[in-house]
Amino acid sequence: MAQENLLFSKDHEWVRRENGTVVVGVTDYAQHELGDVVFVDLPAVGKELKKGDPAANIESVKAVSDIYAPVSGKVTAVNEKLGSTPELVNQEPYGQGWVFTMSLASESELDELMDLKAYEEYLKGIAGE
Amino acid sequence: MKKTKINEAHYVLKGKMVEFCGWDLPVQYAGLNTEHMAVRTTGGIFDVSHMGEILVRGREALKAVQHLVSNDASKLVPGKIQYAGLLTESGGFVDDLLVYMVKEDDYLLVVNAANVEKDFQWMRRHAATFDAQIENRSEEYSQIAVQGPVAEKLVQEFTDVDLAPITYYHFAQGRVQGMDAIVSRTGYTGEDGFEIYFKSEAAAASRLFLDLAEKGEKYDALPAGLGARDTLRLEAKMALYGNDIDDSHTVLEADLGWILKLKKEPPCIGHDALARQKEEGIRRKLVGFELADKGIARHGYPVFVQDREFGAVTSGTFAPYLRKSIGLAYLPVEHSAVGSEFEVGIRERKVAARVVETPFYKRSK
Repeated sequence: MAQENLLFSKDHEWVRRENGTVVVGVTDYAQHELGDVVFVDLPAVGKELKKGDPAANIESVKAVSDIYAPVSGKVTAVNEKLGSTPELVNQEPYGQGWVFTMSLASESELDELMDLKAYEEYLKGIAGE
Repeated sequence: MKKTKINEAHYVLKGKMVEFCGWDLPVQYAGLNTEHMAVRTTGGIFDVSHMGEILVRGREALKAVQHLVSNDASKLVPGKIQYAGLLTESGGFVDDLLVYMVKEDDYLLVVNAANVEKDFQWMRRHAATFDAQIENRSEEYSQIAVQGPVAEKLVQEFTDVDLAPITYYHFAQGRVQGMDAIVSRTGYTGEDGFEIYFKSEAAAASRLFLDLAEKGEKYDALPAGLGARDTLRLEAKMALYGNDIDDSHTVLEADLGWILKLKKEPPCIGHDALARQKEEGIRRKLVGFELADKGIARHGYPVFVQDREFGAVTSGTFAPYLRKSIGLAYLPVEHSAVGSEFEVGIRERKVAARVVETPFYKRSK
């Protein structure tokens, strides 16, 4: 299962390491909560982000939500496909629905993210609230 | 939190529950877009039991209703319904409502959930001089809306009332799944459909909702939640109290002049202010718009007319059937013509918008 190689933030972003950069998307839980995604406002390539900065906006019919930078670094690429097919976020949140990639300023920030098991526990906590 | 008598059914159907006006109600089941499209193409089944039902009865019931609401209730006959405003002295809205004429001296007023107590007190205070009893019966009634092209066929399977002869904004009384009910050809979606009012215990109310959902399967009709109800009504440009209409905008400004009858006896509350406004002309008007660029103009986002802020978007969404961003806003009258351009502030950006013909969506007959 692909999610096993991912790390997760409390804001429901996922992160995958790939050749010195990280790929960022939103989790299946997040896309489900958002409902039908109709627009994604992508960050500018080259933009410097600190961990926790709003990086992109996702508009669903129901609401608008921020995607926060799960780590600090510089935006290196964005998923242009989301311009014409934002529904990829709903359909393949861990695949074709990725949102942007960024360089990694500090390896140690990855340690602050959750692995799949911890994230699943975290979701159980949310469901129990 | 209050529960409708249908509450249990929403949990059986795995609705995503939210608090709405103090009620525990489903915002969606299968998904907002799916439910929206189902209503446009097949059918949707909604629990709208949170709506309020107020009875006005007695020798001077008609006079009381005439005084309270903006439309001309003397035009009603038993079995006919009118849309109307419950207006303030200055011509703004206390609420909007449906007036059902049950029989002579007997009217049923259906009001918004958020306003039931306010409306009831308002009506009692302002109709005190008439020989009429005003009773809030909201707790007793459940209401289910079945909307969409298959609505007639689906509801017909549950009732002895012959639905075909009931025309738009008319109703009949009969039995639905063995319970006494009012069945009206009305709705809040822009589609053909029915609203069913009945009194029952919770078990029977939930049963009816679940049975409608189950029988609906063969027509591809789905249970639908508050999310789809909102996007459907907005595509049809039906006003939402608290967003598009309120006590600070008059019925004329809300572009609902057709529900205001100034020549009737007795005149409605707000008559003098509205007669004056009609004479002098309005300065702002509620219009429908589309965004020309990406984004969704949501309720409360600022509106800019020639770079000057002028109020806010009253309702806005991405319209699931029309596949575009639409909304409603009050604009200066001189900038309100179809084709007029203005901007909506969406976070740091100003996005171009254009006034368009409404309703945004009109079903083909």
